Amino acid sequence: MTIAEDTVPKLPHGVRLKEDKVRSRWVLLAPERVLEPDDIAVEIIKRCDGSRPLSAIIDDLSETFEADRATVATDVKNILAFLSERRMIDL
Amino acid sequence: MNVHVKADAPVGMLAELTHRCPLQCPYCSNPLELDRKSAELDTETWKRVFTEAHDLGVLQVHLSGGEPTARDDILEIVRHCASLGLYSNLITSGVLLTEEKLKALIDAGLDHVQLSLQDVDPVNADQIAGFKGGHQKKIALGSMVVKAGVPLTVNAVIHRRNIETLPLMIALAEKMGAKRVEVAHAQYYGWALANRSALMPTLDQVKLAIKIVEEARERLKGQMVIDQVVPDYYAKYPKPCMGGWAARALNVTPSGKVLPCHAAESIPGLVFHSVKDMSLSDIWYNSQGFNAYRGDAWMEEPCVGCERVGTCKGGCRCQAMILAGNAASADPACHLSPFHNQMHGMAVEDSNRGRVEFRYRKIGG
Repeated sequence: MTIAEDTVPKLPHGVRLKEDKVRSRWVLLAPERVLEPDDIAVEIIKRCDGSRPLSAIIDDLSETFEADRATVATDVKNILAFLSERRMIDL
Repeated sequence: MNVHVKADAPVGMLAELTHRCPLQCPYCSNPLELDRKSAELDTETWKRVFTEAHDLGVLQVHLSGGEPTARDDILEIVRHCASLGLYSNLITSGVLLTEEKLKALIDAGLDHVQLSLQDVDPVNADQIAGFKGGHQKKIALGSMVVKAGVPLTVNAVIHRRNIETLPLMIALAEKMGAKRVEVAHAQYYGWALANRSALMPTLDQVKLAIKIVEEARERLKGQMVIDQVVPDYYAKYPKPCMGGWAARALNVTPSGKVLPCHAAESIPGLVFHSVKDMSLSDIWYNSQGFNAYRGDAWMEEPCVGCERVGTCKGGCRCQAMILAGNAASADPACHLSPFHNQMHGMAVEDSNRGRVEFRYRKIGG
């Protein structure tokens, strides 16, 4: 799927990113699912709060982690497509 | 058996808040002997149990029953779970919920609603549930949940009396705006086992149902997630029941007994404790009943050395007990079990009985 950079991604009601203190990791909780996002995915999902467009999320990540913007954009879009297919993000 | 395997912390907890239910579905997985209201845990004890579950590592709680909204304190329980950060899933028949009550639950922090449907035809649906007018209330509630922006799962329990309507059930869930459908073929424990002869579909019906789900999954990709619980009497391999015995989840009954699954008490010789007598953590890690079938040291032939055991975990202990007479046997759903052909034969025989009257679920048998 193609995702435009002016899309404002947001976790819908019933999907929550949570710090699992018992296991010292982050989990994404959704209907009948517990996902274990890796460190990169966690940083992406944390920024999907409905307050900023995808372009700003990519800019922020590439600046914060001093990474190539095009590479970051691909990673972010892959994660969003994965979540969208499972109805775990609103685009 | 007293083999201690280092257990991981549980991820999920099924809280059977009450066995009371206005519906009398004959496929109910509750035990035949249901807890009465007078035996139910009080509000404070349930709150303590949720706190203990959270501290133990539980992330998601499934508020179930019976009908969980039959409890007067459901709002307080949901609020308590939310305050702990527990993900709350309300597993409901929907017939006791008004719009006002639903809104209050959502405001209290409810994350997800799972609504059962018995059929698409109101007359058949109400007949299966043994509750007149229930179906229309369910449809109305489902729409309210979606309108409120809360994810809805439609749970369609499938058996011989409704399996032909599966495509319509999926279409109804789609129309209601459900994000997820669970096509749950009846699993034969508790009341469902007592009604097996009335519920078991034919092999051809099951094959068709699986095909329908696969096609719908493809068609509705990105719109609706469809999960399927397959009917294992016709299977070649067993289901990895509960992800393994006491491996990922636990179950608390209305009176406070802690079990690895719904049906665990059907296995003789196991000791299960109450939240009134022991901490959840102690029960999970140290009790005889929870440790009995952890790991693989308890396994017998043909599971010993089988390369598939990491996937199926030996199947279901309760089903091995019911059909092989020994909870440590391979689940007879496995084609390598000496009881497999017998199990398959039972299903074929039951499925060809035509219309058999239901034995409706009720407290006091």
